[in-house]
Amino acid sequence: MNRSSDQYGEFYQRDRSVHPPAYAPDYKTSILRSPKNALISLQNSLSEITGPVFRQDELGPLDNDLILNYAKDGLPIGERIIVHGFVRDENGRPVKNSLVEVWQANAGGRYRHKKDQYLAPIDPNFGGCGRVLTDDNGYYFFRTIKPGPYPWRNRVNDWRPAHIHFSLSGDGFAQRLITQMYFEGDPLIATCPIVRSINNEEAVRTLIAPLDRHAFVQLDSMAYRFDIVLRGRRATLFENRIQGAK
Amino acid sequence: MMVNQLNYLKETASQTAGPYVHIGLAPHAAGFDIFENNFSNVLTTPATRGERIRIEGRVIDGSGTPLRDVLLEIWQANADGRYNHPADTQDKPLDDSFRGWGRACSDFESGLYTFETIKPGAVEGRHGRTMAPHINLWIVARGINIGLNTRIYFSDEAEANAKDPVLNLIEWEVRRKTLIAQREERDGEVVYRFDVRIQGNNETVFFDV
Ligand SMILES: [Fe+3]
Repeated sequence: MNRSSDQYGEFYQRDRSVHPPAYAPDYKTSILRSPKNALISLQNSLSEITGPVFRQDELGPLDNDLILNYAKDGLPIGERIIVHGFVRDENGRPVKNSLVEVWQANAGGRYRHKKDQYLAPIDPNFGGCGRVLTDDNGYYFFRTIKPGPYPWRNRVNDWRPAHIHFSLSGDGFAQRLITQMYFEGDPLIATCPIVRSINNEEAVRTLIAPLDRHAFVQLDSMAYRFDIVLRGRRATLFENRIQGAK
Repeated sequence: MMVNQLNYLKETASQTAGPYVHIGLAPHAAGFDIFENNFSNVLTTPATRGERIRIEGRVIDGSGTPLRDVLLEIWQANADGRYNHPADTQDKPLDDSFRGWGRACSDFESGLYTFETIKPGAVEGRHGRTMAPHINLWIVARGINIGLNTRIYFSDEAEANAKDPVLNLIEWEVRRKTLIAQREERDGEVVYRFDVRIQGNNETVFFDV
């Protein structure tokens, strides 16, 4: 098997059983925002197996440091944490140069967003977003403060567990993924309608980051480990060689 | 019977981008300035080859209301029909000034999104069948549990569209029309109008890619 020719094969069919269905009525907003028709299944072409390539020089040196990247006249309030892990594909290979973008509420559960009306205060030293490219081993890390839970308009007393939003871009546009990371031990996870839109216990478990004691920085920060899996590509082998592709 | 387990990993589950997706992916839209370099809805530089076009439209929910908090990304080939990616080895020129990717947010009041780009060339498809010029579109928002994939084709490419292998996969001819952007000329600018209907009458075709 020639590795260079395997590198950009088509993607394995997406296993929809690990994902939430479009229509998840306990998450009320999905009711009018879910297609009713079946998706049309496409065999991959160059349009799906290729995707944007990002460069390190497009990111700033503090882009993955949410403790410092918006600090104005002090440090943000809250528990200092490191979030780190590996981005791999379904074959277990590292996804290099994956653009990992994150956003989150501050320690009080308030977002720096003009549409967020929650009464918890904005933290003047916390922006709440960051981004990083994975290295050759698919590894990424960033530093932040632990976000707080917050109430939201769904049922009258729904609260989101503490979470960090993640956006991932792999090396093909069909790998594009947005998800959320939760924190080990948070009692709000079990009742969250957004978490429960996923009808698959094991898939939910992979979104809950365990506390990672080995990665703590002594007298400074705790750490959570969040590994992410993007879709894998098949080896091109015999048939299914995509026209125009390497 | 006991068999060895295959050890493929499972893709990480998707979760909605939520109402505040702009903070992470387009902080200016959220209302603040943090990164030195921001990704945008302008794909071209003055050096980019090809016909300048604007794509504009709305994403509409099942009640007919435009989504005002949606985020869209496009991925496309250059004017010669080649993707700026190492897997594309078609014998066509690359354009170093064109990555082919952009990101846009809808306006918080009108729900309108726009992209400034160039019209892509045709790309080779499977089994040597040429695909009509098209742009790949990915849509996320609050209430969308997993990103929606679709394609934008062009109304002035009727002949190529009629032969396009992907449009022809769609059994219902009437639904193919939901993927055709309508060309207009406004004050000397070429604008393609592309509204996406997530649900209901004339629901846009979405793909499981
Ligand atoms: Fe959130």
